[in-house]
Formats: sequence, C-alpha cells, structure tokens
Amino acid sequence: MWDWRSQPLTVPSVIAMLIGAVVILLLALGVVTYTIYVQRRILGWMQLRIGPNRVGPLGLFQTIADVLKLLIKEDVVPAKADRALFMLAPIIAFVPSFTVMAVIPFSAHNVFTANLGIGVLFYLALSAITIHGVMLAGWASNNKYALIGGMRSAAQMLSYEIPLGLSLVGVVLMAGSLNLNDIVLAQQHAGLWNVIPQILGFIVFLIASTAELNRTPFDLPEAESELVAGYHVEYTGFRFAFFMLTEYMYLFAMAGLCATLFLGGWSGPLLPGWLWFAIKVFLYIFFQFWLQATLPRFRVDQLMTFSWKVLLPLALVNLVLTGVVKAIW
Amino acid sequence: MAHMFQYWNGYLFVTFFLVLGILLPVGALWVLGPLLRPHRPTSAKLTTYESGVEPIGDAHVRYNARYYLFALLFVVFDVETLFLYPWAASFHKLGLFAFVEMLLFLFMLVIGLMYAWRKKVLEWT
Repeated sequence: MWDWRSQPLTVPSVIAMLIGAVVILLLALGVVTYTIYVQRRILGWMQLRIGPNRVGPLGLFQTIADVLKLLIKEDVVPAKADRALFMLAPIIAFVPSFTVMAVIPFSAHNVFTANLGIGVLFYLALSAITIHGVMLAGWASNNKYALIGGMRSAAQMLSYEIPLGLSLVGVVLMAGSLNLNDIVLAQQHAGLWNVIPQILGFIVFLIASTAELNRTPFDLPEAESELVAGYHVEYTGFRFAFFMLTEYMYLFAMAGLCATLFLGGWSGPLLPGWLWFAIKVFLYIFFQFWLQATLPRFRVDQLMTFSWKVLLPLALVNLVLTGVVKAIW
Repeated sequence: MAHMFQYWNGYLFVTFFLVLGILLPVGALWVLGPLLRPHRPTSAKLTTYESGVEPIGDAHVRYNARYYLFALLFVVFDVETLFLYPWAASFHKLGLFAFVEMLLFLFMLVIGLMYAWRKKVLEWT
C-alpha cells in the first residue's frame, strides 16, 4: 500500500492527507449521529419502552431530523452574557475533540492516522483544552446554574485527569512507546491484550474516563435535577449542538483510545482490522449507556474524594506493580 | 530520512484536522446558520434564565468553589505524570537504576498526597 507518511511532500500526498482528514470528519459525524440514536434505543430497551421509531424506518433518521431542527432554531445570546466569550466557547470546546481523532489508529493499514511518536500525550494534552471551553461557557453565560456547572465540570475533569493519565503509564511501560500504533503492535506481539496484565489500570481507566466524559454516574456538571443543564443552560440552536457534538465526539475518541490501549486495537482473528476496532469501540460505548441506565448520580463531595483517595492510589499501585514485574523479567 | 518525513507529515496531518475542526463550527455558525435561522430578539427572550423568576443579582460574584487547592494539587500530580511518561517509554533502556530513582520520586509525592489527606484538603465540603 502507498504510504504517504514516510515520503517527501508532493501535491498528491497533500491531497491524500486532506481527503483523509475529511473522511475522518465525516466518519466521526456519522458515528456521533448514530451513537445518539443507539443510545436512545438502548435506553428505551432497558427502560421497557420503545424509543425513537417514527422518523424513517425504525427511527433511523431521528438524529438527522434533530440536527436539522437545531440548525433552523434562533440563536439567542442573553443580553447580560459576555458576548465574545459566549460565542467563542463552543468552538474552543469542539476543536480539540475532533483533532484528537488524528492519532487514533482505526485499522491495520492506518492510512488515516498521523502516527505521532507521542500519541498518548497528544490525546491527553488536547482533551484538556476542552475544559477551558466548558468553563468559559459557564462563566460567559452570566447564569448561576451555568457558572456552578462550569466550575464543577472543571474541578471534576481536572481531578479525574490525574488517575486517567497515571493509569495509562502502565500501558506505556508495557509497550515501551507512546505511539498508539506501536502499543497495538506490542500487544499483538505479546499475544495478550493489555486488559489482562493491566487489569487494575484498566479498571481505573474505565472509571476515570467515564468521569472525564461527564457521563452517569459522574454527570454532575449537567445534573438535570439540580442544575437544569449545567454549563450550557443559556445555549440555544447550533451552539448548543456543538456542545453536544463535542460530548459525543469525545465518547467516540475515548472508546477508540480504550480499544487501542487495552483491547488490542485493530488486532483480532479472522475479521478485518477495522471491524474488530468497530466492535471494541461499540462495546465501550454500550458499556457507557448501560451505566447510564443503571446507576444513580454521585454526590459532589463523594466524587472529588473518590478520585483522590481511591483512584489515584490505585493507579500508583498499578504503576509500581507493573514496574516491578517488568524489572524482574 | 524516512523517519524525519514521518515526523513532519504526521504533524501536517494534525494541522489539517485542526483547520477542519475550526472551519466546521465557523462555517455552521457564521456562514450557514444566519441564512437558515430567524433573528428576532425581544427583551424578554434575552433575559438570563433562572427557573422562571426574574434573575436576582449577577452571576459574576465571588463564590467559594473549594477550587483553588484542587487546582494546586492537580498541577503537582499532572507534572508528575508528565515526568513518568518519558521514563515509562524508555524503561527497558534505562534499567534498574532509573526504576529505583522513579520509586523514590513517587515516594516523595505520595508523602505529599498523605500530607494533603491528613490536612483534609481532599474533602469537598
């Protein structure tokens, strides 16, 4: 296969890159559209109701209709809001959520992957920028619910970023590389997915990533019953849609990261690589929806304490154990 | 040489993602949006939402979020994580000496964490 990544730049290779980026954008938007549909159907199924089934066959066009509706809704900027920041916040939140897709190896031939040497770090660094967007949105709205939601969101995402980052150090140690593609290859070489030798790290990652995504039981930033909707109370129309898009983009990206780091990425027997990757991504996303249908919400003090007193020590124990095992071997 | 190309081409690819990521919201919100959506602001529509009653005061006030100590702790441990990444990536080259050193480094930070724990910094109340 022609590899644009190790060749000097030519016009066709730049065009190939551009097409690749557009393809990933369309893929991500498509995945987000159907993730929302699948979420509503799964939640309906788990709560013994039907879920969306009117727009198109089996309700398949429901999300598309929702997006079109949001596009033609009036865009209200409250008079008391900080206008410039209010308009900028959704963009600051959205841009990194799409850019992180550049490093995720979707398939064995990873034509659409930047293959950066610092993949894991790149993901963590960029995803942290979204916190700024969320906090700015909360502050710029000049609304009490939004402000509290934004503050909670920032505190939660900061606190859970530490165990998330530390749980990945074990994986990096196993592979001896920060490159996501090398990590998949290392797992293939060992013949064992990281989820087994790194089971402790995997558990920490699973919990911390749920909190990073602001999903139930860690959905305090948007707790409907206490904060109405959290940081995006004042947002309407397509600005609101961009916050939603950001959230689901991260769900997809985090599922990709989880599949790559712990579940062997695109490797697997018989089926083609991209299909294995899709199956693993779907498993992670399904797990998130399952949690959403099952668990009640944490209290804010429990939430902070849990990150610092349980997950952080667990992640450190996992790191030291991995180091000891690696050093003895 | 191929390695160098891989490096630059990878970041060029990321740049394309960045540009597309900016173009999509800008295009949807500033180019496509104004053509499709109505714009009829009224003073009632532009008030701040506060569960239906008139908003009392301003949201830009001082309020205690217990935020500052967590932010400090975050900085300490995030930098720690950053130091751990290069160590983990070249673990097999550095050998036992670096491992023992990293254990000492972790030990000192754990003492810091225990101090914060005892001082009840980790409680959100």
